[in-house]
Amino acid sequence: MGVVAMNKIMNNYIKTLAKNNERMDGRKLDEFRKEIKIEYGVSAKSAAGSAKVTIGDTVVVAGIKLTIGSPFTDTPEEGALMVNVELSPPLASPDFESGPPDSYSIELARLTDRAVRESGMIDVKKLCIKEGETIWMVNIDIYPINDGGNLFDACGLVAIAAILDTRLPTLKQVEEKYEADYDNMTEERLPINEIPINLTIGKLGEHLVVDPTYEEEKAFDARLTVCITEDGQICSLQKGKDAPLTIEDLDAIISLAKSKAGKLRELFGGRQ
Amino acid sequence: MTFTRLDGRKPDELRELDAKVGIIPRADGSAMFKMGKTIAIAAVYGPKELYPKFLQDSTKGVLRCSYSMMAFSGSGGERVRPGPSRRSKEISWVTENALNSALDLSKYAKSVINVNIQLLQTDAGTRCAGICAAALALADAGIPMRDMVGAVAVGLYEGHPIVDLTKEEEDVEGAVDLAVAMLSRSKKLSLVQMDGKIEQETMKKVLKLAEGAIDKIYVVQKKALLEKYGGSGNE
Repeated sequence: MGVVAMNKIMNNYIKTLAKNNERMDGRKLDEFRKEIKIEYGVSAKSAAGSAKVTIGDTVVVAGIKLTIGSPFTDTPEEGALMVNVELSPPLASPDFESGPPDSYSIELARLTDRAVRESGMIDVKKLCIKEGETIWMVNIDIYPINDGGNLFDACGLVAIAAILDTRLPTLKQVEEKYEADYDNMTEERLPINEIPINLTIGKLGEHLVVDPTYEEEKAFDARLTVCITEDGQICSLQKGKDAPLTIEDLDAIISLAKSKAGKLRELFGGRQ
Repeated sequence: MTFTRLDGRKPDELRELDAKVGIIPRADGSAMFKMGKTIAIAAVYGPKELYPKFLQDSTKGVLRCSYSMMAFSGSGGERVRPGPSRRSKEISWVTENALNSALDLSKYAKSVINVNIQLLQTDAGTRCAGICAAALALADAGIPMRDMVGAVAVGLYEGHPIVDLTKEEEDVEGAVDLAVAMLSRSKKLSLVQMDGKIEQETMKKVLKLAEGAIDKIYVVQKKALLEKYGGSGNE
């Protein structure tokens, strides 16, 4: 049997289950996987901050390098942020190919970037060392280790965890220039305002599904990634896949995302 | 012996080793190998048909390795730019050679087996940790192997033969850093790469140390496979 036929059978099966509020792994449609875990400092020797997030079978790691750079000309008094999701050479799935970034890795990175940036999670003004000249650049690199579905939310969580884990190196001034002493890390952390939570909710027929497995993700007719701030605001939105959504769909998805965000934010409890 | 190493190890003492097999369920084979603070993760995908077709070998499968350091895994503050560099390409290629000596790919004509290696954290010996992880991942994928493969850096530190150099030991003036991979039982060499200057007689002593280190690595590799598969370990 061909792969196309197999996928069709799987998609139909997932949709039939969804009609009865059932899923292949026994969860309800609005239930996250119970095995969610965050580990900090998984690359503590090399990175300024690092973390690993496990959601069921899905595993992602992230690390942060803090470098000294020049600000963008339009934001002379702000530090800079860069998010990259690297799928090459691939560890996480036979679907990924070696080579330059493809649209999937770019979408994962952009969605994660938007959550961190638009929520104002990091107080970038405090990352300015000398206005118009010297700033801290926060380089976040995310590597999926195993794709068991919902890399979107996993990438968001691991980026936040790595940011919370980050410590600044000692800053030295040599004549007019600033240098970072990475052999002497301080206890100072990045200035944090907010913990945003990215949630990706899929539409299967008429039903909404959170935290999809790999197979469920493939069966989605449409998906919407919603970022929720601590005070319940929406700070980014992105729709994926080709089925259209009604305004009522959008409203229902946002309500569902809001009801799930708090529990996920608790994973970072005491870390702020 | 009065000579002590920077981290207090004996000359023939490896850093703490750890290995785990099957860490990536979506891959056909996978493993993690840890040498001190250096952590390598390897995933095997294949055998599958090799495209474009002119790359195919009609007599056996092709092994394709890809070594990469995660962007944040370098020392100091520098971010390693993702994508192939001259260094990573060379390491990928010597890794292929190091592993190919142990594989029997005659069953897999026209196919490719991809071995992807990523370094999560580095403190010297990354290519060696990568080879140790990759060999385990290939075994996990069920690729026929004549022997296991282990790899270790050996060399000279202030003139003394030592195994498993750290970054600090590598960086000392006059240090000799010889990366070797060996078939674990026959002790035949499948990777030899050296930086530094050494006398022929001294090199033989250093290689003797490597043999002992490969035995210790083999024990850890067998244990990791047994943890997943059980049995006697005579795979």
